[in-house]
Amino acid sequence: MPWDRNQMAARAAKELEDGYFVNLGIGIPTLVANYIPEGKTVTLQSENGMLGIGPFPYPDEVDADLINAGKQTISELPQSSYFDSATSFGMIRGGHIDLTVLGAMEVSEDGDIANWMIPGKMIKGMGGAMDLVAGVKKIIVVMEHVSKNGDPKFKPACDLPLTGQNVVDMIITDLGVFRRKDHDSKFELIELAPDVTEAEIAEKTTAAYEVAL
Amino acid sequence: MKKIYDSAAEALDGLLEDGMLIAAGGFGLCGIPERLLDAIRDSGVKDLTFASNNAGIDNEGIGKLLRTRQVKKMISSYVGENKEFERQYLAGELEVEFCPQGTLAERMRAGGAGIPGFYTKTGVGTVVAEGKEHKEFDGETYIMERGIFADLSIVKGWKADEAGNLMFRKTARNFNLPAATCGRVCVAEVEEIVPVGSLDPDCIHLPAVYVNRLVNGAPYDKKIEFVTTRERENG
Repeated sequence: MPWDRNQMAARAAKELEDGYFVNLGIGIPTLVANYIPEGKTVTLQSENGMLGIGPFPYPDEVDADLINAGKQTISELPQSSYFDSATSFGMIRGGHIDLTVLGAMEVSEDGDIANWMIPGKMIKGMGGAMDLVAGVKKIIVVMEHVSKNGDPKFKPACDLPLTGQNVVDMIITDLGVFRRKDHDSKFELIELAPDVTEAEIAEKTTAAYEVAL
Repeated sequence: MKKIYDSAAEALDGLLEDGMLIAAGGFGLCGIPERLLDAIRDSGVKDLTFASNNAGIDNEGIGKLLRTRQVKKMISSYVGENKEFERQYLAGELEVEFCPQGTLAERMRAGGAGIPGFYTKTGVGTVVAEGKEHKEFDGETYIMERGIFADLSIVKGWKADEAGNLMFRKTARNFNLPAATCGRVCVAEVEEIVPVGSLDPDCIHLPAVYVNRLVNGAPYDKKIEFVTTRERENG
């Protein structure tokens, strides 16, 4: 049985290490915060200017001056800090953030990622995604294995405009997990979701990858 | 020298011109200089270019100036949640320069620091890199981005002292700080102006040198795009 959204998020959370500073994208990546392993201290960064994102506030503690990058109200923690956008992206671009988890429309076998625009549709903008994939030490993509039309999303090359070139380290889909050692290596299939077969992955993937189950 | 003005309109007097470039602070609706944006709308100035992370939402923030057709161009990283923006953009009436969020913040910071250009990895291999100088440093490719030198900066702070030293509050700091530095003139609106000596000099976020004009915009009814809460546990 393929993983659902929460199981994909839980699988991504296994990559968190004690002491990590992490930026989570919008959608399934946000759910990763619910699965931070016990005993590990993980600090979440919000690119609009905060380290140490707390849980959603109680209704009587909502503060318009305290939001995350998805413009949702949040709360602070005793260890939180605030800073401006230039400083925030300084820590992202400067390689001080250990890990980011992002959604994607397509990932190529060379680690390119496309997640910000579809030609012909209204372009909303890349927000901070290009900065994150260019600067964060480790990039994990969490996405459905195929599109709504059933087309493979992990492919030889992205057809959609890129967000970043040769930047993705790990791909977690509803069917399995791919990882590569470094940006010169090929992706390896390292895990299958329960009851998913190697053959099913092969059938739904056009990217070249190696099998290391 | 007079720094404190009685209204946003007075604080902007003599500064507005058609076709000017304005750097504005704020992220979504958080920390936007709403009094100054209202005054700019009321002034009727047009063909404006805004360097601003977002374009407001329908009838909030810069969205108000879109409705009155005073904006010619946006330099932004994200412009969702805005139907009038979408309509004007798709009709070709509004020019948009999409700029990655961190690159936009750094372009403002650089402009404010007298740096006309810088190299960044952000956007290499994407449409953002098209037409820009590429340069290799230590085996890695970077693109050159330009500093922003705005005609005017408009920002929203929390507290200022009478000298113009300014503090922001929580995540409302965002683009307000870099935007404040990159304009030839910076006008700041705040929630409270206190006597000099009331703020700890060690806790000033934006020193007075960057703030040319100041207005108390209180009271504020701050808007929230997505109110998200959790339940209180029983007991």
